[in-house]
Amino acid sequence: MNFIRKYYYGDIPEDKAGEMSEASKELTKTDWPLWEIFIRSKQGLDHKHAGSLHAADAQMAIENARDVYTRRMEGVSIWVVESRYIHASNPEEAGSLYEPANDKVYRHPTFYDLPDEVNHM
Amino acid sequence: MPSITTEDLFQQKIDSEIKIEPKDWMPEAYRKTNVRQISQHAHSEIVGMLPEGNWISRAPSLKRKAILLAKVQDEAGHGLYLYCAAETLGMSREEMINDLHSGKAKYSSIFNYPTLTWADMGAIGWLVDGAAILNQVMLCRTSYGPYARAMVRICKEESFHQRQGFESLLILSRGTPEQKAMCQDAINRWWWPSLMMFGPKDSESTNSDQSMKWKIKRKTNDELRQNFVDMCVEQIKILGMKLPDPSLKWNEKTGHYDFGEIDWNEFWNVVKGNGPCNKQRLDARKKAWNEGEWVRKAAAAYAEKKTGKQKAA
Ligand SMILES: [Fe+2]
Ligand SMILES: [Fe+2]
Repeated sequence: MNFIRKYYYGDIPEDKAGEMSEASKELTKTDWPLWEIFIRSKQGLDHKHAGSLHAADAQMAIENARDVYTRRMEGVSIWVVESRYIHASNPEEAGSLYEPANDKVYRHPTFYDLPDEVNHM
Repeated sequence: MPSITTEDLFQQKIDSEIKIEPKDWMPEAYRKTNVRQISQHAHSEIVGMLPEGNWISRAPSLKRKAILLAKVQDEAGHGLYLYCAAETLGMSREEMINDLHSGKAKYSSIFNYPTLTWADMGAIGWLVDGAAILNQVMLCRTSYGPYARAMVRICKEESFHQRQGFESLLILSRGTPEQKAMCQDAINRWWWPSLMMFGPKDSESTNSDQSMKWKIKRKTNDELRQNFVDMCVEQIKILGMKLPDPSLKWNEKTGHYDFGEIDWNEFWNVVKGNGPCNKQRLDARKKAWNEGEWVRKAAAAYAEKKTGKQKAA
């Protein structure tokens, strides 16, 4: 990995930095659990993923989320979910997962040709 | 037909501006560079609270105290956004913090300078946050998705930091002769270290531009530094102060301001750990971490006890 030796702003290119030790996975266990934070910015809107943080329990996760993600009135409601409970689709399967929707243009209103006289449709 | 490697596909994605997400395949060196850069960035936000924290209890008014507190709290938030972004690449929070404390991971050298007077709070906001903003605006378009999103959030908050600093200097610049002198002195001390924040000159690095090719970085150090100089030369006129560089001169040909040579010896010295406050900063971080240990343990024990009760019920 010797080829990234260029020293850019904010990146001090030392050999060892950025390398994860084998112990990293073990250390993860001693960190407080990671929580994903969802915030409703305004009454009537969906909760949206804002980021994540560490907390010992749900109550603390909500309190920390308030301090970390809503210092400027960004939210009126917070959901927290422990990250390990989130299941995600596999990016490698994205093709086969979404491809079936690709050829179904008739699901879109623009597929249908109607005379100009038809209003409000 | 030549076969296309996973690495080629990865580069194609980067070239067509598709963001890389945590679970996507990526070259190990891309992961490592991002972990290094994002965690260094996080450490910089956290250590960056120290020079300013120094003045919270001595702010000249309640208003300035509230502003400074809010700014320092934002920096804590920035550190947290960035630690989380780095964690998506597989490194644990605790290891990152250990690396900071052991000196294996670095943080921005600018925070190894002392804050001697109240005017330093203004100069830091204007110059240090100003220089950071140029880098961070660029990073809003960096190729790693979680890093880019953290940057967008951070940039929204940063402009208040720079503006409060400039306003604070503006007030000093219109004050008593002592206040004016304090203002000029702070600018004198922070100007050159701020220019150093952008890193060595482009011509110093003969090595390949992998970070640029991967679009982790999108502008060179010299480009960003020049933007910064051009901006500050105009802004300082409003303060009626002087930048401490006799070589500053408008260059008709380049359409930019020329500026004097940076003291690179000083730069490397501070990077290597011999700046005025390197030791003090790391000691403060270690102390905070060690003294917080019982809190972390107590909270974990409390959480465990509660889940135990829930299961029993
Ligand atoms: Fe920041
Ligand atoms: Fe800032």
